[in-house]
Amino acid sequence: MKIVVLVKQVPDSGAERNLRAEDNTVDRASANNVINEMDEYALEEALRIQEAHGGSTVTVLTMGPERATESIRKALSMGPDGAVHVLDDALSGTDALGTSKVLAAALKRLEPDLVLCGAESTDARGQVLPHMLAERLGVAALTGARKLTVDGSQLTIERQTEEGYEVVTAATPAIVSVWDTINEPRYPSFKGIMAAKKKPVETLTLADLGVSADEAGWAGALTTVASHAKRPPRSAGVKVTDDGEGGTKLVEFLVSEKFV
Amino acid sequence: MNTLDLLGLDDLHSDEERQIRDVVRRLVDQRVRPFVRQWYEHGHAPIRELANEFGNIGLLGMHLEGYGCAGASAVSYGLACMELEAADSGVRSLVSVQGSLAMYAIWRYGSEEQKQQWLPGMAKGQYIGCFGLTEPDHGSDPASMSTRAYRNGDDWVLHGGKMWITNAPVADLAVVWARTEEGIRGFIVPMGTPGVSVREIDNKLSLRASSTGEIGLDDVRLPYDAVLPSIKGLKGPLSCLTEARYGIIWGSLGAARDCLETAIDYARTRTQFGRPIGGFQLTQAKLADMSLEFFKGYLLALHIGRQEHRTPEMVSAGKLNNVREALAIARTCRTILGANGISGEYPVLRHANNLESVLTYEGTSEIHQLVIGAKLTGLSAFS
Repeated sequence: MKIVVLVKQVPDSGAERNLRAEDNTVDRASANNVINEMDEYALEEALRIQEAHGGSTVTVLTMGPERATESIRKALSMGPDGAVHVLDDALSGTDALGTSKVLAAALKRLEPDLVLCGAESTDARGQVLPHMLAERLGVAALTGARKLTVDGSQLTIERQTEEGYEVVTAATPAIVSVWDTINEPRYPSFKGIMAAKKKPVETLTLADLGVSADEAGWAGALTTVASHAKRPPRSAGVKVTDDGEGGTKLVEFLVSEKFV
Repeated sequence: MNTLDLLGLDDLHSDEERQIRDVVRRLVDQRVRPFVRQWYEHGHAPIRELANEFGNIGLLGMHLEGYGCAGASAVSYGLACMELEAADSGVRSLVSVQGSLAMYAIWRYGSEEQKQQWLPGMAKGQYIGCFGLTEPDHGSDPASMSTRAYRNGDDWVLHGGKMWITNAPVADLAVVWARTEEGIRGFIVPMGTPGVSVREIDNKLSLRASSTGEIGLDDVRLPYDAVLPSIKGLKGPLSCLTEARYGIIWGSLGAARDCLETAIDYARTRTQFGRPIGGFQLTQAKLADMSLEFFKGYLLALHIGRQEHRTPEMVSAGKLNNVREALAIARTCRTILGANGISGEYPVLRHANNLESVLTYEGTSEIHQLVIGAKLTGLSAFS
């Protein structure tokens, strides 16, 4: 089985992140950039499928600037066979639709049986990319998986929902997005780290993919961020004084906040 | 270590070295740091589980080539030791003894069959090894060891005992050094062999998250191929010690770093006389001086690590300096934390207590002074 895992480099969600004043985009230059956490779970799942099904290959696909190579090498140190890096100055400012166009072009070239990705990235948190890619590629979208079973060309997921889960099946080729409930990603082994730098990383430009520059980047963006503001500081909260009704008030609060 | 990287030491490392360090740091943050205080307090650590975890990422024997070992650089190995010991010297000791003493002895001096039999399982952490050189009555002077091995038919028979043996109570095998008619030789001793007994040494006030034992060898009968074929003489065990000492050069700095980070954090938040104590000149002088020793020790470790041919004198210089300074840093950090410094809530006194052992094992400071002194003067103070 030919598996491609989408890996995005994002600013570390554990540190303070900012949008740039001049163009309302994420400030990536000053951030500590890491692999999108959910993508590590997708990669782990791909590696487990590879280990269980002989003859499978796992390729990492990343779209991003030059410094995304760090994340590609880190991803490769976990064990995949190689990577494709879509790198082009014209990509700056690409929105979700544009990203799906570029990645779909790259995926058409790679012809995977299975595309795995995180259910969302910690920077944009749109959760739309897997659906867009499935639509562009004309393949099934199995999204939000907490479990994935592969039986020949038949894929079955447990789709995580707020109430429980749904069992959804599809045949390959398909795209599966995963949540962090699906597995526990491995630590890269030292052998993996040392082997990663020798693994092939193919760099592709928009021209290589047959996507014109005005379909991506600022030029091709159909959505724009008009403005942004810092979240206001937290308000003082509600104080419940127990004058006999304290218990009732607490329950009312918990219900209103959907805690119970 | 950004607070402590005033010199840009990070830039001296390759991406590979940094990645290996980061993986060990992550593993230690998740699997060691949250628990090590309890292990220390109870004098018991889950050695076997740790060995498995460490084996999975390739930590055990990581600087050796082949037989399931990662074949990483000496500096990468050093950085791994540093991250481990930043959590606890006992945890680093587990890895040092497994990789640099037991595995290295087999890797360097063992037969092909011995290597195939033991090294892959030791690299994975399935087999835990220990290294028997020190005896109850022979520490710094191993040449006078009492443990004997003699031939009986094709077999070897070992008799004697070893003391202060890290990992012994949990080990599957020991590399035991014994005096024979042909000089000191090394033997691979499966711990289940009749005549082998182990007593765990408790009551330790140092390295409490490490397992230490005494090995009894009562006419232990071993097959002819239990001996390490490629080495005779004291230089066998001493060359293994040079490997382990090298890891300590880095490891001890890890303990020092953890103390310094703790003390800096404490000094910035602890208020006395209406201001953070980190703002007082005496505290800043301590912190500045300690950071200098840390930087110097780091550069020394890196210099020694980058050598193609590390001489025992280089390693003695590194171990002598870095452990001594790490201990001084731990003690000074303790003074910054005041009474809180003696509490197990903070790692500082645990590190200081651990470093007392590190100062002594793998060659005492005094022995390293004498190694350097002999090289400087051409006169050996012991022979």
